[in-house]
Amino acid sequence: MMAAIILVCSVVFLLQFFVSYCRSLIAASIKQPLSAEVQDVTGIKSSASGEDFARVVQLLQLCPDRPEDRNGVQAIGAYFGLLGFVRSTVARLIPTLRTWTERERGQCTYFAAVTLERRIAFSRDMFAQQLES
Amino acid sequence: MCALKKRAFRRYLLLNLYMACVVVSELGRFKVVAEYGFSSMQYRYFYFYSDAILTIFLYFALSTLYAHVFSEMKAERYVKMGTLLLLAGTALFTYAVVEQSTAKFVTRFVVELSQNLYFVGLVLTYVLWAAILKLRETRTRLIQLVLSLGVYFSLYAANYAIRNLYPPLSSVFVPLVQVFSLFLPLAWAYAFWRLPEEARLVPARLAVIPR
Repeated sequence: MMAAIILVCSVVFLLQFFVSYCRSLIAASIKQPLSAEVQDVTGIKSSASGEDFARVVQLLQLCPDRPEDRNGVQAIGAYFGLLGFVRSTVARLIPTLRTWTERERGQCTYFAAVTLERRIAFSRDMFAQQLES
Repeated sequence: MCALKKRAFRRYLLLNLYMACVVVSELGRFKVVAEYGFSSMQYRYFYFYSDAILTIFLYFALSTLYAHVFSEMKAERYVKMGTLLLLAGTALFTYAVVEQSTAKFVTRFVVELSQNLYFVGLVLTYVLWAAILKLRETRTRLIQLVLSLGVYFSLYAANYAIRNLYPPLSSVFVPLVQVFSLFLPLAWAYAFWRLPEEARLVPARLAVIPR
């Protein structure tokens, strides 16, 4: 009985913490403007769409990754999956929830684009350092 | 390393010391595994005892996050007192639960205390998150440290609860602990490396239920 209560509480708290954590990751990156180059590559001009997420993540995987970014990308990937699940189930019945999931999915794409920008800058720095040495 | 490089080591001293202890403990576990094997009793004892010590350390690290959030209220003394009282209460509760078992009493106590502290830590982190929302705390780094700790505690508490409810599933959920243990170092490294101390955000926007 006790273990069942702990399990239910833990899962409820986990969902709340996880969603808030992912939104804090997104909020920290949403203020960062994208360079014209990344806008061209990703096709994101002013607002991002959830439909582009998979494509931007594919581009991300082409760049050398940085350990401190890896956790954020994986967490946002899981959050995007969770949003997709909500969108295809509960959000079908509640239009406001559908709008919310669409907006959140778009912000996930923007987060991935900002990470792509960082990775490109990191790769350039490494390349410049190699040329110098 | 990230905290040292970003000059945040002393500000979040206990959190960083906890991470240093995790590294030492992992090295110790590796040495014990290499010497005695994964399924040896030595490794089991070392794992559970080191896990209990680390959980108590993390519990105190959480109390320093409370001190950060309530710093303007000068409530540090009360936080310290509350932390010790709650730890003593959890230990007493655990003692009452395992009192009947005669065989390997200390080991059972250590394992149970560790599991209970994960849940107590989770509840405390949730209370802290509610306080952050209520007090409109805006420090992005502090918010991310608290939220990642919440995710970590809930993953462990849920894992232990499932293993207690369905013991045959242990073979699936025990290895998952290794995956979960990666979350906190990576999340904290991100918070220290990517977010400057002066970064701010509106916490109400992060809540699952809008306030």
